Amino acid sequence: MRVLSLGRWLRAGLVPPRGPASRHSGDRHSGHRPQAPPQGPAQVLLQKVSVEVLEHLEQLALVDFRDSEGVERLQKAIQFADQLHEVNTDGVEPMDSVLEDRCLYLREDDVTEGNCTKELLENARETVEEYFVAPPGNIPLVKLEEQKTYLQGSK
Amino acid sequence: MAAMATMVAAGCGGVWCRARQRCARWPGPGSRPFLRAQRAVVCNARGGAVSAGKSGLAPWIPVVGLEIHAQISSNSKLFSGSRVQFAAPPNSLVSFFDASLPGTLPVLNRRCVEAAVMTALALNCRINKKSLFDRKHYFYADLPAGYQITQQRVPIAVNGSLSYSLCIDNKMSQMVTKTVRIKQIQLEQDSGKSLHDDTRSQTFVDLNRAGVGLMELVMEPDMCCGEEAAAAVRELQLILQTLGSSQAVMAEGQLRVDANVSVHHPGEPYGVRTEVKNINSIRFLAKAVDYEIQRQIQELGNGGTILNETRAFDSKLGCTVPMRDKEGKQDYRFMPEPNLPPLILYDAKSLPANMNHQQVINIDWIHERLPDLPSVKREKLVEQYGILPEHSFTLLVWQQDQNCNSSQASEDGLAEFFESVVKQTQMKPKKVIGWILNDLLSYLKQHSLTVKESPVSSFLLADLLNLLEKKEISSTAAKRVLAELWKGEGKTPLETVKEHKLELLQDQKELEQICQAVIDGQENEVMAIKAGNRKVLNKLIGLVQKKTQGRSNPVLMNFSVPLCSIVLVGYTSSILKSQPSLDASAKGR
Repeated sequence: MRVLSLGRWLRAGLVPPRGPASRHSGDRHSGHRPQAPPQGPAQVLLQKVSVEVLEHLEQLALVDFRDSEGVERLQKAIQFADQLHEVNTDGVEPMDSVLEDRCLYLREDDVTEGNCTKELLENARETVEEYFVAPPGNIPLVKLEEQKTYLQGSK
Repeated sequence: MAAMATMVAAGCGGVWCRARQRCARWPGPGSRPFLRAQRAVVCNARGGAVSAGKSGLAPWIPVVGLEIHAQISSNSKLFSGSRVQFAAPPNSLVSFFDASLPGTLPVLNRRCVEAAVMTALALNCRINKKSLFDRKHYFYADLPAGYQITQQRVPIAVNGSLSYSLCIDNKMSQMVTKTVRIKQIQLEQDSGKSLHDDTRSQTFVDLNRAGVGLMELVMEPDMCCGEEAAAAVRELQLILQTLGSSQAVMAEGQLRVDANVSVHHPGEPYGVRTEVKNINSIRFLAKAVDYEIQRQIQELGNGGTILNETRAFDSKLGCTVPMRDKEGKQDYRFMPEPNLPPLILYDAKSLPANMNHQQVINIDWIHERLPDLPSVKREKLVEQYGILPEHSFTLLVWQQDQNCNSSQASEDGLAEFFESVVKQTQMKPKKVIGWILNDLLSYLKQHSLTVKESPVSSFLLADLLNLLEKKEISSTAAKRVLAELWKGEGKTPLETVKEHKLELLQDQKELEQICQAVIDGQENEVMAIKAGNRKVLNKLIGLVQKKTQGRSNPVLMNFSVPLCSIVLVGYTSSILKSQPSLDASAKGR
């Protein structure tokens, strides 16, 4: 497993961590970042994103990290989000929607929509006899390491 | 031992063993109460472990869990107002939300929630008064949004059970009841349909089905073979149809079953499981499960390993094959559905005072209005009419797995038909049931008709059975009349009887004359009877029947000719015994 060190890529050297070192207390959800071992003392809190994780992410989200800059942006985004861990959430239920106190509206079981085949098919690039046309199944992505753009960035 | 190694071909049954040095021990997992340690145990109906026995082969315990998707029977879809209908022009039943166009939002269908609550109550589940919706992400052409709205964290119902019955030894006479636990029931969206055109390397997508409401029922792995899985699904089908929450017709995709299969040795942890998909009927379900169990045992027996993979059942070859496109574990990145607040259900106690009726779902109200479940119906039939339990099963059972093209149950209404006939006839229910299950049902099956399509109505059949009961015709004649009635020419049984001259001879004298004529013509036989050989009587009775063209009832013959010089006794010895005067030797000949 190759671990990419950011050191060579960052122009300005090490990025200092934000917030107190107590971030790494034991009750964090380590599942969110499976590959990052606890760092210990404060300064070296760079997230090391392995190639495997990058590949996995690209496959799941169909995002193209393309080159080192993209990966760096990812690392920074993770760091930014990590600030959430500074808040003590013991005994607090997670909120997943601001609508949580609203009533979920229940609709009557009546047919009110549909029959707009023509309009829907207008958006499709290719159609055959009122069917949408898609490629056969999921096409496997090219492995990250083999992508040209990636290799260029890692010199 | 040869006995151990032979495959017992009883339904799905088989003896699966793996050669090993040590003797099998029989702790068995605690939850298998039907183990019989001393002899070959066939998996069907008798319980979990599959034997080892004397030859010292270690047993394999197959473990089967089912994931069932039942399409909710509703007019419109789960989160949009487009119609739910099978076989409509492609993409004609699709709203903007179903096509995942930007700017659209999900709006929950009340009827779908009620259907899920009914099903949960019928399966003894605990209903979560607050349940949440989540998004399950994966990419596929028939899932336009890139995610499916489901209930992963807190589903609408959990911890239920489904009881089903199984025949032992393939005979209907011995039935055993088993239970499978339901882990959870959740509401979720269906995806569209993909039609693969491999020649041109493309897929056609029809979104008519996208967004239709599904109930996913996850069962615990409490089953051990294909027969149990099939029986459980049959019972579930019946329940869903009785409730009306789903039509559950497998052929139309309204009921989809995926099986999770693994094997392990007693006392060891569960083995690696594989998921079997593409099962299109209940019969194939049993086959697929049994094949997969056998495949895994063979693979492990040869020293191989089982991959945690998804396999498809190929019905033509009768085997499972690895599925492409599903290799490796999927990461669905579940996240809460941000556009839907929690679903709150109420009961009589928690009913809010000021809310609009239409916005409130009251679990207790639904509970009160649940129809009789099949198990209750069967009990009532047995109690009320004194029929056998296995008859009650046939009256209610669903016939879908017989490759029926019709989407209606051919037995739907058979129970009602039976009850209707019983009401209109003097014949005892125990006798009526024979006519329904043997005669009527075989005609229905022969002509692939549903009960509703039967040319013989319950009224006509009752009429016919009355004639039989009143001894105006014999039972052979009655069968002939039924055959005539089946032609549907609109004649009544009485008319048919008259037309074909099938009435029993009631005229004593005529009968006596015929009997006498036969006796006169069969001197040798008469001598034999006088000498004590009663069996020859049957020949004479047969001759009388022939002469009367089947219009004489043997028993009637007996009673109608008491004074005839030769005894024409009925078939049973009890009649012989009950008529001592007839025992006397010929008088007045």
